[in-house]
Amino acid sequence: MITDTPAPVQNRPVATKGRVYRPNQRHIPVLATLALLALMYGLGVANYEGFSDTQVLLNIFVDNAFLLVVAVGMTFVILTGGIDLSVGAVVALTTVVAATLLGKDWPPGVVLPLVLLIGTTIGLAMGCIIHFFEIPPFIATLAGMFLARGLCHLISKEAIPITDGFWTSMAQERLRFGGFFISLSVVIAVVVVLIAAFVLAYTRIGRNVYAIGGNAQSALLMGLPVGRTRISVYAISGFCSALGGVLLSFYMLSGDPLHAQGLELDAIAAVVIGGTLLSGGSGFLFGTVLGVLVLGLIQTIITFQGTLSSWWTRIVIGGLLFAFVLLQRLVTRRAR
Amino acid sequence: MGQPVPVLEMTGIGKTFPGVVALDDVDFRLLPGEVHALMGENGAGKSTLIKVLTGVYSNDAGEVRLAGEPVRFTGPLQAQRAGVSTVYQEVNLCPNLSVAENIFIGREPRRFGKIQWSRMRKRSAELLRRLDLDIDVSAPLSTYSLAVQQMVAIARAVDVSVKVLVLDEPTSSLDTSEVDQLFRVIRRLSDDGVAILFVSHFLDQVYEIADRMTVLRNGRRIGEYRTAELPQMDLVSKMIGKELETLEQLEERTGRTHDRARDAPVVIQAEGLGRVGAIEPFDLTIHEGEVVGLAGLLGSGRTELARLLFGADRADHGGVQIGGRPVTLRGPRTAMRHRIAFSSENRRAEGLVEDLSVRENIVLALQASRGWLRPISRRRQEELADKYIKALHIRPADPERPVRNLSGGNQQKVLLARWLITEPRLLIVDEPTRGIDVGAKAEIQRLLAELSGGGMAVLFISAELEEVLRVSHTVAVLRDRRLIQQIDNDADLDADRVMQAIASGGQPA
Repeated sequence: MITDTPAPVQNRPVATKGRVYRPNQRHIPVLATLALLALMYGLGVANYEGFSDTQVLLNIFVDNAFLLVVAVGMTFVILTGGIDLSVGAVVALTTVVAATLLGKDWPPGVVLPLVLLIGTTIGLAMGCIIHFFEIPPFIATLAGMFLARGLCHLISKEAIPITDGFWTSMAQERLRFGGFFISLSVVIAVVVVLIAAFVLAYTRIGRNVYAIGGNAQSALLMGLPVGRTRISVYAISGFCSALGGVLLSFYMLSGDPLHAQGLELDAIAAVVIGGTLLSGGSGFLFGTVLGVLVLGLIQTIITFQGTLSSWWTRIVIGGLLFAFVLLQRLVTRRAR
Repeated sequence: MGQPVPVLEMTGIGKTFPGVVALDDVDFRLLPGEVHALMGENGAGKSTLIKVLTGVYSNDAGEVRLAGEPVRFTGPLQAQRAGVSTVYQEVNLCPNLSVAENIFIGREPRRFGKIQWSRMRKRSAELLRRLDLDIDVSAPLSTYSLAVQQMVAIARAVDVSVKVLVLDEPTSSLDTSEVDQLFRVIRRLSDDGVAILFVSHFLDQVYEIADRMTVLRNGRRIGEYRTAELPQMDLVSKMIGKELETLEQLEERTGRTHDRARDAPVVIQAEGLGRVGAIEPFDLTIHEGEVVGLAGLLGSGRTELARLLFGADRADHGGVQIGGRPVTLRGPRTAMRHRIAFSSENRRAEGLVEDLSVRENIVLALQASRGWLRPISRRRQEELADKYIKALHIRPADPERPVRNLSGGNQQKVLLARWLITEPRLLIVDEPTRGIDVGAKAEIQRLLAELSGGGMAVLFISAELEEVLRVSHTVAVLRDRRLIQQIDNDADLDADRVMQAIASGGQPA
């Protein structure tokens, strides 16, 4: 099997009937998302006045920082072949708990770690249930979702405004450069993305996540800590949801049991559009970033259009999701 | 020339599952640097022994010694740490990860917690080169052939530990050149002093690679032999344990009218029919009123051949003519339309619906072939059921009794009735007499003879050679998924000659 690719890496003789060289086969879904993003952006710039302003792009980050953080956690879970339906409810719970405690004059230095701990604990508990009792992730996290959402309503029936000084300053602080600005939340989200990308690519736990998604049975036989890893990803997702909730409460300056309805589905959509296989084992964090940007860009275009109902966002996301799942199926089938 | 010290010694191993003695007082030893084949038919206890060795099962009796030290593994991981690694038939690696990662995952070279990808790639390339494999280790495992994946699994196993390597059916999905490549690797490892336990159904391969072999039958050790000193013929009879003494001829050897069968119209003719990984291309012609028996060891491709003729698996080579016209067998429904019936080997899982009554089971296939929009009237159903209950002596003669409550032999007759009702031209019966008592066995054999006397063509599959000889006009011999010989069942054909054909691979010995 000699390929006619002139790439120097390939000039070693391949000893057996081996692989047919395909450039970056694993990157195809991510590249497709990138192309889609460029196309949508081009369409926006061509059709709407003022769309080319860089601030429009930056606003997508500002408006979706919390979603990005939540989607990072979701990427870990989906890479193992699992799913986490509780993220939206955990986000809401985080805003409600934070708003309530801050309303009782608890110091932000206590509230912040506490809500992060609560989110992580919920994730950890769901991970343990999934692993030790062999409950399908869909069911376990569905239960977690109802539980967290129910707790929100138990704590407060309506929205609670946040007036705490630290929170309002975080909400209003802008990093300005050359006439443009981003919020602090964007900085936090980017840091989270960078750390997560490093963990997935360069640490054992990250590679174990991929191994479990590829074939959990094999991973077990190869002696990998399957249980520990599986529990960890749900704890990570719980932490990311709580952090996302904190960012959302910066953004909204309120805690509301009705916040983040259906956010889990947005997060899953972003991960899938970003090219991560729902069956696990394949995908990149960078893809998830692109997926979030695609969702944000759709919203922006619809805002610019002005005449369309916001439900068009949902319809377009639905169509895209369908297209990407089909694309993934095609790619994985060709890989066999 | 002192006696070499065994690296692994298993003595008096016993293992009982509820109702079954899987291993009974089995001894097994493995010398360093040898390739040792574990032989036996399915159910002889090979995989149980391996699972005891690798800690998947714990043994009820006996002792396992590794390098002289008694050991008791609680799981494959522990066994691996002690130096016993297993590569299974299905490659247990992660197809989505790169080759290098599959070799090193869990043991990646790190620096301050950060995985050093370049060092990992370099080391795995070196490791694979020792196995004569020069491939791009950064490519995902799934882009390589199964043979390469198997080699990667071996590389991982060898790098983790090197004392004992267990290869469980490693060649069953490899083609000839891939097998050669694997054997080169095995030889190299055994030269390095690794003791290799090799399990395979393929006799040729065992004779090519193994230094010694241990034969198991029905959970007992039959013996340990040097490959060079045990002719294939003897090995086969040791594996089967020919029970020629039993089952006095209930039925006279059919031994009749081959001439008639030969002149009769051809029912089905397969030319170069085959399917990769299931059975190599074969030619087979079956005439009206002819019974063709398939003989061969378990795993020799008997069922696979039958499934191709029934369209249950799609052939990827050759074609089939039915009644002189070429036909594409797209699936069982096509075959049924051409009046081919297949009574499955696995009557519980694939054949009978145990909760339905005898009557309902009998009319199932007929109803299916008519289509569900044309129901068979209740009265017609009862007529049919009564007719076949009488004809086949199904007991108890109660059409409304759930099939679950019938004995194995009677269940088998219900299954036969189901297919007979569709008036097939070719009836394929896979192991119709397995697990039923001697009387019922004889009845089914007599029934098949009667049916073929009435002009039906029959393809008869059985693990019992004697039975095949008793029923068939022609015996087709299979070995290693190849149809090697077709022999007329005349007066001087006996079990020994068929066994010889199996052992010699079809060449006159």
